[in-house]
Amino acid sequence: MYQYDEYDQDFVEQRARQFSRQVERRISGELTEDQFKPLRLMNGLYLQLHAYMLRINVPYGCLSSAQMRKLGHVARLYDKSYGHLTTRQNMQLNWIRLTDMPQILLELASVEMHGIQSSGNCIRNITADEYAGVAADEVEDPRIYCEFLRQWSSLHPEFSFLPRKFKFAVTGSPNDRAAVKAHDIGLRLYRNDQGEVGFEVFVGGGLGRTPFIGKLIRDFLPTEHLLSYCEAILRVYNQLGRRDNKYKARIKVLVHETGEEAFRELVEKEWEAIRDGTLSLPEEDVALIRARFAPPKYEDLEDDTPSLESQRAENPGFNDWMDQQLAEHKQAGYTIVNISCTPIGKPPGDISSEQMESVADLAETYSFGEMRVTHNQNLVFTDVRKKDLFSLWQDLVKVELATPNHGLISDTICCPGLDYCALANARSIPLAEKISTAFADQERQKEIGEIYINMSGCINACGHHHVGNIGILGVDKKNTELYQLMLGGSAKEDASLGKILGPGFDEDGVVTAIEKLIDIYLDLRKDGETFLETHRRLGDGPFKERLYSAPS
Amino acid sequence: MAQVVIANRLRDGIVVFLGTNHTWVEQLQDCTPSESKEDGQRLMDISQEAADQQEIVDPNLIEVEKRGQTWHAIKMREEMRAKGPTVREDLGKQAGN
Ligand code: SF4
Repeated sequence: MYQYDEYDQDFVEQRARQFSRQVERRISGELTEDQFKPLRLMNGLYLQLHAYMLRINVPYGCLSSAQMRKLGHVARLYDKSYGHLTTRQNMQLNWIRLTDMPQILLELASVEMHGIQSSGNCIRNITADEYAGVAADEVEDPRIYCEFLRQWSSLHPEFSFLPRKFKFAVTGSPNDRAAVKAHDIGLRLYRNDQGEVGFEVFVGGGLGRTPFIGKLIRDFLPTEHLLSYCEAILRVYNQLGRRDNKYKARIKVLVHETGEEAFRELVEKEWEAIRDGTLSLPEEDVALIRARFAPPKYEDLEDDTPSLESQRAENPGFNDWMDQQLAEHKQAGYTIVNISCTPIGKPPGDISSEQMESVADLAETYSFGEMRVTHNQNLVFTDVRKKDLFSLWQDLVKVELATPNHGLISDTICCPGLDYCALANARSIPLAEKISTAFADQERQKEIGEIYINMSGCINACGHHHVGNIGILGVDKKNTELYQLMLGGSAKEDASLGKILGPGFDEDGVVTAIEKLIDIYLDLRKDGETFLETHRRLGDGPFKERLYSAPS
Repeated sequence: MAQVVIANRLRDGIVVFLGTNHTWVEQLQDCTPSESKEDGQRLMDISQEAADQQEIVDPNLIEVEKRGQTWHAIKMREEMRAKGPTVREDLGKQAGN
């Protein structure tokens, strides 16, 4: 895992001390709220419905045990003993006191963490494939390039006042687990026919008020040009992106209004001027960063682990968990383990201090002291020996982190919504809880198979509703919560946007509607089809017809 | 329609309401909403002064109504602030913490 060098560490500590002085000046009245607000936002501190909320960056989703333990400690000491994992692979604490911020930032800095650039019109935390570095299907480890992007974009003077916020996602695998086409810039590492590794560069994807799938602006970018090419894109955006209307200020609107071809030309022209300058990545620098992500010392193990079979046969709970939670690892005898933080009937992505501390301990015992936060608001242990799986599962059961629902209907994505968020129009968490409760039965979930339900409490789409196979958007209709359904979205390599199906439903109505949609799917699907495949074959038609005509 | 000023306390961000004698209270039930429409400006003037004194931030006049013996905010959003998250009834004003 990447560790700060002295410059990183010094910078983060300085910034914590600087913010402490700004807090003092605010409390003494030397700074007004208008003057202070941009400063607190630049450090990730929002004022939400109930209190201040602190967003803490988890760069490309990688967390060490020491960091997770510290988050658990901070949440216990300065908040209400829980945190929320977000779709940007970050953690949010909901009940922060302004007067505690100086101490909190110093605590976080001691484990190389902060909230810088987790808000504002700048380049936000870079997200990545949660299996980066270990996935069997990976071409190259995207964390190396995420780290270059992190260093380049941290306090980049030219890009600190962009027209609007800016989000990157990077994957190194053909199976997109990072939703790269739903980002301002999405990068996919692959090997071309000549055997060289480079990036596909997608620009102008994004959700929110005006959703777009990212356009392929360059089909092969040699890795050494990553920073100069991204700089060229950001320069074009910084110069031409609209600043007159906040709803039209994201790069997706610029790409759309300029046209894909014309936008590509603008970027290429800008790039020509800088491509071989100081931003090129020499192989020595890449090697240096690569060394910081060197794999842990794996044991030489047989991939076949016979003991698992009898453990599965004797423990149905373990069997279910094994069926759902594992992903293939590069290294024989090891596996990737998904840890659900979306238990049945509970808020997706919420994790208690006790669980954070337990997970930190378990990662030390079972996964070289490292873990990942996923954009699906769950956790991943990247390097678990297959022979330890039964013991890990038993330990996870004890701390209620063994729900076997990875990729199943109860594993929803859900933003904080009106229960916490100042921008919300409707609640989203109670819906997620009701949906997972309605589909709690494991056999039924398995029968339904892979499906993603994503929900947001307003048009800003933090819950990625447009790219859910079923998306739910909460709206406020005359002071009553109403939920619109959309079908057919996908955040994967076959990315697509869902469209609103028809009139909305109230809270209970939407759960019933989803149950009906699932029944319709089960009735119409052909052998082995997922919900998305059935929807793609048939379109909205039969779903809409049968949903709205059925007596309620 | 009765009205009351809602705000966040600067130092800890906690939601507060303008009570009697220019004090800020944590529970909606502990303040006396004004039934007079004309009172709005006066309440906001008092609140602005408190904001200028670094006591509170973001004061807003909201409408409330009495249901039975208790006051409730008319808007869902403000009712949420007056109580706490519906998904964590153990937290916030509804739980007295
Ligand atoms: S989607 Fe809307 S309600 Fe949900 S967290 Fe984002 S801004 Fe808040």
